[in-house]
Amino acid sequence: MKLTLKIWRQRNSNDKGKLETYPVDGITTDMSFLEMIDVLNQQLIKDKKDPVAFDHDCREGICGMCSMVINGRPHGPWEGTTTCQLHMRAFKDGDTVVIEPWRAASFPVIKDLVVDRTSFDKIIQAGGYISVNTGNAVDANSLPIDKTNAEDAFDAAACIGCGACVAACPNSSGMLFLGAKVSHLALLPQGEPEREKRVLNMMKTHDDEGFGGCTNTGACEAECPKGISLTNIARLNREYMRAAIGSEEEVR
Amino acid sequence: MSWVVNFFSSSVGKKVIMSLTGLFLCLFLAVHMSGNFLLLQDDGGLAFNEYTKFMTTFPLVKVVSYITYAFIIFHIVDGIMLALNNRKARPVKYAVSKPSNSWQSRNMALLGIVIFFFLVVHLKSFWFELKFGHVPMDANQNKDLYSIVYEAFSQWWYVALYLVSLIALGLHLSHGFQSAFQSLGLNHSKYTPFIKGFGLLFSIVIPLGFAIQPIFVFLKATGRI
Repeated sequence: MKLTLKIWRQRNSNDKGKLETYPVDGITTDMSFLEMIDVLNQQLIKDKKDPVAFDHDCREGICGMCSMVINGRPHGPWEGTTTCQLHMRAFKDGDTVVIEPWRAASFPVIKDLVVDRTSFDKIIQAGGYISVNTGNAVDANSLPIDKTNAEDAFDAAACIGCGACVAACPNSSGMLFLGAKVSHLALLPQGEPEREKRVLNMMKTHDDEGFGGCTNTGACEAECPKGISLTNIARLNREYMRAAIGSEEEVR
Repeated sequence: MSWVVNFFSSSVGKKVIMSLTGLFLCLFLAVHMSGNFLLLQDDGGLAFNEYTKFMTTFPLVKVVSYITYAFIIFHIVDGIMLALNNRKARPVKYAVSKPSNSWQSRNMALLGIVIFFFLVVHLKSFWFELKFGHVPMDANQNKDLYSIVYEAFSQWWYVALYLVSLIALGLHLSHGFQSAFQSLGLNHSKYTPFIKGFGLLFSIVIPLGFAIQPIFVFLKATGRI
């Protein structure tokens, strides 16, 4: 099939950038969205033009790199899907497809569709870890964990840190990501020693990195490729209040 | 006390202020709406004026009304701060956007501005007149606020202004009520469906109740009932 692509082209973070139009031909329905861009790039290279820069790594829906807003939706029109798992059967012959990078002050564009998600790494560095004793690995079932908690923690841990929540949020808030990371550890006994410090430090980093605040619109949950639920943001709020008001930890 | 300042300036802290003041104002709306149904009594406004006197002179009610003014201001100032901060977080807008969330959830600030301008007109017409204007006395020697309300609501455009503002209020509440609970971390599989359902009902019943009053007075003033 033939498509008209409108892709955000930006040479570097200082460039203003603009949408440019490219026609592509010979796209089949079994191609993934990224393979479709590969086809375009081959054509651009052949024409001695600069290929479109985009992030990708595993191409099997678990690395979270393929950050693109496709026709106004992060990761495109399918629910619970990353861009690499979006297939061209989602489009029709003759469609116009607009492709933009994640838009957030905390995710500056490096080039074209590639954004810098270091701000997420900084949030993780601020508290997304646990204390463990070195030595032999302990028996897997030595710590009793309630099944509901284990499941909720696992659901939160499914977050791949792609940033679609930030891209979808009208406020570019990172609360769903932060909520998932805090919930994942707050629900488990292993996360207990740093529980208060973790949420306070991670929240502070989130705010300092220039993410907006949550207004509970639910756009993040709707666009999350891993189905992370808004209950994680409520838990984050609880954890933050618990730590700030109810613990001896310093609120920075 | 710096921890208190730090807590309330964090993005969660700001939401806590937003939700607590918002929920208090919901309570205020419920009381204000129920009391004002005295406008429907067919006694030339005597009961309404008696109620007005109680609401403006009883000390405990006065304290609560000052808290209400303060909370309205907190809600507005905090809302402006949140909105500005949230706008700053996305300097470049999308060329195409296909939002999956509700219109009112994205436009709470806009709806808030509409409600604010309504509030200015509303307070000027009644609160300001009662406090600083010249208000005649009724048969019981109470300030006759009813006559002022009656006169205001006999103008169709004034009633229309109220109805438009009430639609904005309803939309604001339909997101705000349940959102306040989420902001306070109160999301629970057993209670959240009830909170959401109640919030929706609240956002319909409150504006509807408020709407009946000016419409009733208008119809009465223009001799239709």
